[in-house]
Amino acid sequence: MNRVHSLLSGREMSIVGALVAVVAVTAFVNPSFVSPQGLHDMFLNASIIALLAIGQTLLVITRNIDLSVGSVMGLTAYLSGQMFIADSGTPVIVVMLAGMALGAACGAFNGALVAIAKVPALVVTLGTLYVFRGIDYGWASATGVHQINADQMSPEFLSFGSGSVLGIPHLTLIALVALGIAGYALHNWRSGRELYAIGSNPQAARLAGIPAGRRVFTSFVISGALVGLAGVLHASYFGTINASVGTGKELAVVAAVVVGGVAIFGGSGTVLGAALGALLLTTITGALPILGVPAFWQRAVDGAALLLAISLDRAVMLRVAERLRKERSLRRV
Amino acid sequence: MSDQKLATVPRRRFGVGAVLRWETILLALCVLVFVFGSASTPGFAEADNISFLLLDYTEVALLAMALLPIILTGHIDLSVASILGFCSALTGALWNAGVSFETIVPVVLLAGALLGSVNAGLIVKFGLPALAVTIGTLGLYRGLAYVVLGDGAVTGFPANYRPLATDTVPGTFLPYPTLLVLVVCVLAAVVVHYTPIGRSLYAVGLGEQTARFSGIRVERLRFTLYIVSGVLCAVASLVYTLRYNSARADNGYGMELIAVAAVLLGGVSIFGGRGTVIGVSSALLLMAGLRNVLFLNDVTNEIQNVINGLLLIISVLVPVIATLLRRRRPPAPAAAADPAPPEPEPVSVPDPDPVGVSHGPNEEDQR
Amino acid sequence: MEATEHPSVPLLELRDVTKSFQAVRALRGVSLALRAGEVHALAGENGAGKSTVVRIIGGEHQPDSGEVLLDGEPVRFSAPRDAQQRGVAVIHQEPIQFPDLSVAENVFMGRQPLRQGRRIDRRAMHRGAAEVFERLGVPLDPARQTRGLSIADQQIIEIAKALVADARIIVMDEPTAALSAVEAERLFRVARGLAERGAALLFISHRLDEMYALCDRVTVLRDGAFVTSSRMSEITNDELVRCMVGRSVEQLFPTREHEAGADVLVVEGLTRAGHFNDISFSVRAGEIVGLAGLVGSGRSEVARAVFGVDGRDAGTVTVNGRPLRAGDPKAAIAAGVALVPEDRREQGLVLELPIERNTSLARLRQVSPAGITRQSRERALAAAWGERLGLKYGRLADPAATLSGGNQQKVVLGKWLATEPSVLIVDEPTRGIDIGAKVEVHALLSELAAEGMAVLLISSELPEVLGMADRVLVMHEGRLTAELSKEEANEETVMYAATGNGRAGEEGSAA
Repeated sequence: MNRVHSLLSGREMSIVGALVAVVAVTAFVNPSFVSPQGLHDMFLNASIIALLAIGQTLLVITRNIDLSVGSVMGLTAYLSGQMFIADSGTPVIVVMLAGMALGAACGAFNGALVAIAKVPALVVTLGTLYVFRGIDYGWASATGVHQINADQMSPEFLSFGSGSVLGIPHLTLIALVALGIAGYALHNWRSGRELYAIGSNPQAARLAGIPAGRRVFTSFVISGALVGLAGVLHASYFGTINASVGTGKELAVVAAVVVGGVAIFGGSGTVLGAALGALLLTTITGALPILGVPAFWQRAVDGAALLLAISLDRAVMLRVAERLRKERSLRRV
Repeated sequence: MSDQKLATVPRRRFGVGAVLRWETILLALCVLVFVFGSASTPGFAEADNISFLLLDYTEVALLAMALLPIILTGHIDLSVASILGFCSALTGALWNAGVSFETIVPVVLLAGALLGSVNAGLIVKFGLPALAVTIGTLGLYRGLAYVVLGDGAVTGFPANYRPLATDTVPGTFLPYPTLLVLVVCVLAAVVVHYTPIGRSLYAVGLGEQTARFSGIRVERLRFTLYIVSGVLCAVASLVYTLRYNSARADNGYGMELIAVAAVLLGGVSIFGGRGTVIGVSSALLLMAGLRNVLFLNDVTNEIQNVINGLLLIISVLVPVIATLLRRRRPPAPAAAADPAPPEPEPVSVPDPDPVGVSHGPNEEDQR
Repeated sequence: MEATEHPSVPLLELRDVTKSFQAVRALRGVSLALRAGEVHALAGENGAGKSTVVRIIGGEHQPDSGEVLLDGEPVRFSAPRDAQQRGVAVIHQEPIQFPDLSVAENVFMGRQPLRQGRRIDRRAMHRGAAEVFERLGVPLDPARQTRGLSIADQQIIEIAKALVADARIIVMDEPTAALSAVEAERLFRVARGLAERGAALLFISHRLDEMYALCDRVTVLRDGAFVTSSRMSEITNDELVRCMVGRSVEQLFPTREHEAGADVLVVEGLTRAGHFNDISFSVRAGEIVGLAGLVGSGRSEVARAVFGVDGRDAGTVTVNGRPLRAGDPKAAIAAGVALVPEDRREQGLVLELPIERNTSLARLRQVSPAGITRQSRERALAAAWGERLGLKYGRLADPAATLSGGNQQKVVLGKWLATEPSVLIVDEPTRGIDIGAKVEVHALLSELAAEGMAVLLISSELPEVLGMADRVLVMHEGRLTAELSKEEANEETVMYAATGNGRAGEEGSAA
């Protein structure tokens, strides 16, 4: 019990609470929302965003950000399609590894500019958002393949995307494995703790001799690999790919991370929170039509949730600061 | 590492009268693009094409001018294109509802101001980080645009106003919207470079605490900037809607990136306190010219975006590379200020700025 | 040769080290030897180069010439990590920590105990931290978040770090500046313990009594140069002061006739919860009032609230008979209040802006006829004040960062005098500037007072307060504990009140 409690500290608990509330209300309106199929879909939809959010968390913890995730994801999704066009019998694992490698390469490009050239991540990834997307489109027009459909991909690939083990979708399993590894490393490894240290106080990190550049670079590479994987999984799940896959995903990812309690200025937050944030946001988006909210409101969910989350955090922080100030003045009197 | 930083002293001058090296490079590049364009591309140098080229960048220019002062103070507004989209959608919805265009204009401007002040309220009054807030409102305002108008398009705007967004001033190749952009740029240049407000922008961007201690009302200044930004975005939305005779919720989608790219390429530091209106104007002209040349040579939009992205990255890399090159050379003789007064804390200058476009690459605690 | 003279090779030695920052020669030929089991004091005025010595030992700076020897071997620390790995620990005056992480993680960052699979052993880490804190005699919870800890506790974390790292050379840079007497005594106990276990300590303090109480040896610096090194027991207080100052006190502080006029600044019942309570005082025209107290006693906070950079919860501020709006520096400037703030680099100047733009910053309207800022007017303003204050500069268009500390301070003074204030609040006006500039600043302040300005002088340097002020106010933990006339004020009476034994204390014991 104690263990569970420490695992789900404050923020995670409140997200789970919000999640339960959303699910309960929606299930009340339409019980099929909590049918096995409904839950299956809910987790499936959240899995890809959760993967992206896990990678993004590694970066945000170190006071960085990656706005190019949508473009990288689109690029690797398109890559997996192209691999099947080249050889329809390509093994699934090879496609996955290729996607991760391409993603990691994109991450390394971002990471090198941030960690070595010391260009702010916001600017770098804003630039590569264009560049990677442009390469994606350029590739599509150069080869003349603007859309890749399910019948051009191997059946194994497609069945992997929609398959499940013991009722748990493959995609969700992969997200859970990534979550487990990232969570374990951040919590238990020195290098993981150093990511928090870098984000918490860069100057202190430098004084403590933490190799901040190397750590940040590695974070970008790992995050890139996760994004690459997410792109491949997207392809295998949806079975239709064009060069615009993943457009605008950066907003959803940043929103999930922030809602999940990762401080935008680094130093705190967990991958579990970020993944739960992703689950919460996709669940809300899925619940809105059932609750009779006009479809167009869905498009405002991510932005609104992000604003709500940072506002709540700030309000709590101000109250704590006020309490500390009062206590201090009492001590002084 | 910090030592090497200390060994060089920025000797750059402020003010437009000084030699603006990055701006000079940009203008030279502009000339290059235009010369190359006229030489290699048939039809580039024709008046019609120049008008089109200028017209095509109207909205980006307005957004960039909205962003410039905000970035000078070290903040950012990523929601500009979404405000444009919302205002365009609002224009469409009101027009559909039979509201006269004369009424729509002030309402839309007011809406822009309102959205800007929501940003300002959250950032300035509530103390939230500008980056997070405006990523949030980027999504929120775009979403609200769909709520207002759905995903359809509204057309058929009054024929007596549309020419204002498409035609040239009689007898010239200057489109009316470009005239508007010019006026905005000149106004921005005067305010930024020749008024107490402008001085305050730089002071806030380079040393917010000192600005506060000097009696500058930082909050009020910031609040105003976000509102002005909202209004400029609303103006841009009106031009956009009339120009294409189409009000859609996705108008200007992604345009914030082009505007930010233009501002940064123009030599404005993302950390604030550095940059000029001339620089940003040159960057806009360069990007507009480049886009047009590429367009005439049948380069797709997507490849143009790659070039925009690369320009953005290069613009921040140039000062870094220049600094590295400078460090190879022996340090310049230091300022002959005071023969030998010691000081316990070293004079640590954040970062030597060889071309006047530093983006403070060594400031780790900011993005 | 050296080795035969001394029983042991010094753990760490600086030999003829020089270091310059741009135009500023911070160190010129400094030598220093730290030995095992010894607490070594580094003495010198503000700006003597003590902090640069600390940074070189800690690997933050590298010397331009000269040698750093570790166990008699020349070494070169190219980064703080190098120094740490060789057993050097620096405890900064304001500790730099990871506020989001736990106390134990701060202590063990980079050397966390591991279990199988390179997994951090949290339990062992917390136990280790608890043991260290017990050894230091401080009840700190290893599991709590570091954010919000007092400076004294943060320093304990720094010392714990040094212990965990088995540091042999421990540098303490003004560790007592923000500590109460009890906390300082606790720190001394810890420091002596460390020396007894064979560590070499370098201790920097402003307070001579602390040096005598704790240290075995002292090295004195002045204007970046080595002056002397001696056993603490072989140098008298007066000799030490003479070595540090290099001239007599009379030369340092101008003498002047004190002729106070009417009240200009009147503060009544000023309160800011959590910072200070019920502060009342007044400053008259032509008078210099000193505001003394330990760092953290609320002196600067009072100045900030008077000026309006911070808000206030209760109380009034009146300038020339007119009440001042709370929380509005612009109104304060208009009413004739000027504040030369504590942190010159963060609050006084915009370092990257030209000198002339810094000078005009608080008076933009004056250089902007019809709303258009004229560079010529800015330049004229800066040139006029530069001349008046004897500012040494290359060009007025140079960034303020290119100036030495003393000249930077003159820019700040010029900027504020350009607003033609009737009340001048100066917070640590001579921190980090050389003695020549210091003398000039003192002369300027007394000149201004003679011209009828009301001056409030806040300073950590007791001699400065005693030498300059006509009246001394003393604060302790957010309260005014004493108001002493020039005759009453001396080192003992001020320190007595600053450590909480003043008026408030008397009332407390009477009740």
